[in-house]
Amino acid sequence: MIVVAKTLFILLAVMLFFAPLLTWIERKQSAVMQDRIGANRADLFGMTFLGLLHPLADLIKLLAKENVVPAEANRFLHALAPILSAVPAVIAFAVIPYGSSYRFGDFEITLVAADIDWGVLYLLAIGSLATYGAVLAGWASRSNWSMLGAIRTTAQMISYEVTMGLSLVGVFMVFGSLRLTDIAAAQDTTFRLFGFLDLLPGLLPAGPGWLDGVRLPAWGLFLQPLAFVLFFTCILAENKRPPFDLPEADSELVAGYFTEYSGMRFGLFYMAEFVEVVVIAGVMTVLFLGGWSIPWLSQQTLIGGVGSLLGVGFATAFCMLLHVACFFAKVAFMIWLQMLIRWSFPRFRYDQLMDLCWKIILPLSLLNVFLTAGGILLAERVGGGG
Amino acid sequence: MSFEALLFYAFGFLALFSALAMVCFVRHVVAGAMSLVVTMVSLAGIYVLLHAELVAVVQILVYAGAIVVLFLFVIMLLDLRDGGLGAPPRGQNLVKGVGVGGTVLIGAWLVASLSGVFAVEPLSAALPDGFGGHRAMGLALYGDKVLLVELSGLVLLAAIVGAVVLAMRGSE
Repeated sequence: MIVVAKTLFILLAVMLFFAPLLTWIERKQSAVMQDRIGANRADLFGMTFLGLLHPLADLIKLLAKENVVPAEANRFLHALAPILSAVPAVIAFAVIPYGSSYRFGDFEITLVAADIDWGVLYLLAIGSLATYGAVLAGWASRSNWSMLGAIRTTAQMISYEVTMGLSLVGVFMVFGSLRLTDIAAAQDTTFRLFGFLDLLPGLLPAGPGWLDGVRLPAWGLFLQPLAFVLFFTCILAENKRPPFDLPEADSELVAGYFTEYSGMRFGLFYMAEFVEVVVIAGVMTVLFLGGWSIPWLSQQTLIGGVGSLLGVGFATAFCMLLHVACFFAKVAFMIWLQMLIRWSFPRFRYDQLMDLCWKIILPLSLLNVFLTAGGILLAERVGGGG
Repeated sequence: MSFEALLFYAFGFLALFSALAMVCFVRHVVAGAMSLVVTMVSLAGIYVLLHAELVAVVQILVYAGAIVVLFLFVIMLLDLRDGGLGAPPRGQNLVKGVGVGGTVLIGAWLVASLSGVFAVEPLSAALPDGFGGHRAMGLALYGDKVLLVELSGLVLLAAIVGAVVLAMRGSE
């Protein structure tokens, strides 16, 4: 019962709130960045609500449009492909924790749909299956544009999957777990920014006392900055949005692998892309931005502080609400960052795309694993530290 | 029949049927590759039932997610569009498929019975905590079996060098 409620909450929040809203945000943000006004035409009794009715108008249009299937197409696979590309995007949310564990008397609730031991691997596996939707769509349509899009998709997705897994290894090593709830909980603390100076005793004169007071949240972003950049690049490439949109490449391939789709089948590809944007934001938040944690204010401190004034039960509920709000605020930030990247950079050339993956990201991820292992060994030898 | 047994038979039937379909029933190589994906995913389901969770995830991540995608890439690059396999020679493929599958099955059974696998008592005690998880697998692979892991890495390196040599010879 509770599992159903938790699953429904995250699905409704994402599918009914974030994904449709994103089509509006994308239009408005691109308009702001390009000094235009943006979507403002769809109206209801003359009221436009800043263009917020456009997602609704889009939905009605897509549902009412004719579904055209090319005569030469493989009908079964043509129908299956949009489903195969939408399903992985949606089920990825099963393992993303949007809150901590909370105890109300004997009742304990963990805000994640499925708390599995190998959550990160699950995400990577789901991501690798997402390739099939695009590939089958391109092949089943029997169109040259679609075919070229499908071939580009396979090469791009396979290349970036390799580096995506490898760039995360440093994160596993630092947090010592593959369980996403553990990773999020491990970030609900702080560390001394200049703690690494303890590793060099005697080499430096003792710094001023306030150096010890400078603490940062123990987020993946601060512990593994290189992994953040590398993984973010890879996961953006997996989503196939600009500047990694070679499989779609409007100016070269019409619409790439989904050229021959119309109506709601096209709508599913469109929706999958936006749901993936939210998935990416959620994954980045949990792995690198501390998940639900509030910076410099751990769950224990918060419940202890508020609980002494207003009772533990109220404090726990308050803390839960704050955490969920904090998680979605971070998700919104990551979505904004993705939109910024999408509207700022031109498309890569194909050889640049492959060079970036195999000649830059792959060696740097290996270097990151090496440096992280060295850092962990060193910190263990000395005891404490960063 | 317990729920686990039901799941086992469902996954087993799906794996067998899609494997047969790949060899005998489909008309195009792409459809064949897709039934191979179904086989891989059903096998992953069986691995989960065996408490080999890491093997199951790796099965999906590597075989379903990467290797079959590479197959598809090659199929599309060669552009095998028009039927690819032609009209399906069903009877012939069925004989071939059953013949090869039966030979492998008998061979595996012979090896297994000679090496005494069947004589081992099935595990009845409760499994240790974390059995089949990433921790146990990692400790096993990089503990007492580290030599085998390194040797298989060497085999893969040899394969890569071979592929590079072949590619270089073509370009000259």
